[in-house]
Amino acid sequence: MKYQSQKVAKLYFIAAIGLFVGQILFGLIMGMQYVVGDFLFPEIPFNVARMVHTNLLIVWLLFGFMGASYYLVPEEAETELFAPWLAHLMFWVFLAAGAATILAYLLVPYAALAELTMNDLLPTMGREFLEQPTITKIGIVIVVLAFLFNIGMTILKGRKTVVNLVLLMGLTGLAVFFLFAFYNPTNLVMDKYYWWWVVHLWVEGVWELILGSILAFILIKTTGVDREVIEKWLYIIIAMTLITGIVGMGHHYYWIGAPEFWQWWGSIFSALEPIPFFMMTVYAFNMVNKRRRNHPNKAAVLWALGTAVMAFLGAGVWGFLHTLAPVNYYTHGTQITAAHGHMAFYGAYVMIVLGMISYSMPLMRGRELCNSARSQSLEMWSFWLMTISMVFITLFLTAAGILQVYLQRFSDNPMDFMVVQDKIALFYWLREITGVIFLIGLIVYIASFFIGQDEPEATVEPLK
Amino acid sequence: MEKSKWPPGDLVIWIFIMAELLVFGIFFAAYAFTRANHVELFNTYQATLDRNAALINTLALITSSYFVVRAVAAIKMDDSRKCFQWLLAALFMGLVFLLVKGIEYQHHFSQGISLSTNTFYMFYLSMTFFHFLHVILGMVILIAVALKARAGGYSARQHDGVETGASYWHMVDLVWMVLFPLVYVMN
Repeated sequence: MKYQSQKVAKLYFIAAIGLFVGQILFGLIMGMQYVVGDFLFPEIPFNVARMVHTNLLIVWLLFGFMGASYYLVPEEAETELFAPWLAHLMFWVFLAAGAATILAYLLVPYAALAELTMNDLLPTMGREFLEQPTITKIGIVIVVLAFLFNIGMTILKGRKTVVNLVLLMGLTGLAVFFLFAFYNPTNLVMDKYYWWWVVHLWVEGVWELILGSILAFILIKTTGVDREVIEKWLYIIIAMTLITGIVGMGHHYYWIGAPEFWQWWGSIFSALEPIPFFMMTVYAFNMVNKRRRNHPNKAAVLWALGTAVMAFLGAGVWGFLHTLAPVNYYTHGTQITAAHGHMAFYGAYVMIVLGMISYSMPLMRGRELCNSARSQSLEMWSFWLMTISMVFITLFLTAAGILQVYLQRFSDNPMDFMVVQDKIALFYWLREITGVIFLIGLIVYIASFFIGQDEPEATVEPLK
Repeated sequence: MEKSKWPPGDLVIWIFIMAELLVFGIFFAAYAFTRANHVELFNTYQATLDRNAALINTLALITSSYFVVRAVAAIKMDDSRKCFQWLLAALFMGLVFLLVKGIEYQHHFSQGISLSTNTFYMFYLSMTFFHFLHVILGMVILIAVALKARAGGYSARQHDGVETGASYWHMVDLVWMVLFPLVYVMN
């Protein structure tokens, strides 16, 4: 760690991991409710569990991205953070707002929460992923603006690198697209049309820039490959991402009442969205193969390679599976979507945040280069436990989805939704069991921060 | 002159070019398959397009590609000034293309034609407009190369940038060479 102010990232990372645990617990509760319908009812109804599961995911990833930025930007810009106090202040504001919102979801009926927070003054609630009360949304905007200001000023006063500029571009896009959370037209088609601009233009567009720049940073640090080489790849990857992702997002417009040309535009452009992810995989492995040195933080390199592979599989391959309009006609909103959502979020965004934590946390906790061999070994165990269980969760959900599509929509005698749900319960059980293994992986991950801390740093053979 | 390396320009631009060609290729294939099912519709509305304008544009792009070739040849002779001038000429032809295409679009839009009018127009407008954007991007790249050439940033020994820009521009030209017969002429 070269600059004192980078250390503010630690707070953000700790909060991110804490909320991650919450997300997984609610995922397990919900997974149980798929098969035991009244599990924890009426305390935690399914819709509330789902809301908490998805909202926590987004909030903890935002914490992760902010932490990653606070760590990476000063180091790239070669200057202290513009206003470390602001980063501290915003952390507590964000955490308090986030925690209060989640508690409110759990303790107050949703309609009462809407009334309590005066949703009717500026109605924004009630839409998937955007369930937060308007006041929380305003809070998010303030936190993100302060964060962008802080990061932007740091970049302005320091060295301008491609990694920093791409990151800033991604973060700015994140802020801009969130503003559509406040746009709530009465026309249902228009409402849906712009609703997709928030979370989905994030994950298929600007977040990929964030992913690309964090990955580039980790690769520069751990492989010692020339910055110029890595930057060139980054350029090409983000160009392809933006070309395919922004128009490709139209694959959500097939059946919402938008003009028919979206079936063509959405199909063609989104079919190419795997390309930038594939390039990212090729590039990550290439850079590691061309490395100038062996970095002793093997766990961080593992996460970096892991995210490249899993993002390609989850976002790329599993996205392509149901992106063409004629296929999506049958698969829309089935468990195929859930399978894709799980692996894509884990592969692209969870793993990159964990990778950044893996690289930077030891340094922020006073290590020279990396954790002890024992901590790293635990961390790598957690990598495999979580990643393999996510692969199986995805496979089980895909199987459930294929059956669901067939029984409910494709066969000669289509069955009711709930009848089909009963028939595919076996896969939900398997998914739930795999989910428990994921949780064990997460516990091992957290343990790796405590076990082996008093042992000396791991070392590696220098590259021949 | 030293032995030319293969591929010319930066390898990364070739990855980009291949990806771009893939996008257009899928569009062309989709067009061909859809046309096979709606031959009459496609033939009827194809007749409403301005073939002369498209021919002018074809010539404009071929000429500009030739100028770009001359620019690369000039820099290989270490002549930055000539290189800059040829690039300007190529950019001028690019401008001609944008202008002619713009007039065509204006004509269509004044008749109330949009992406939702019918499948033929959906393909015609999508593919030509996507290409139109590539002409603009290609011109931005050529401008950047031209400015660097004028400042003496390239030489006979080091002119990767010129070749990179030229390669991309040829791709833009090539796509039009397929688009023109496919959309305007074949019936």
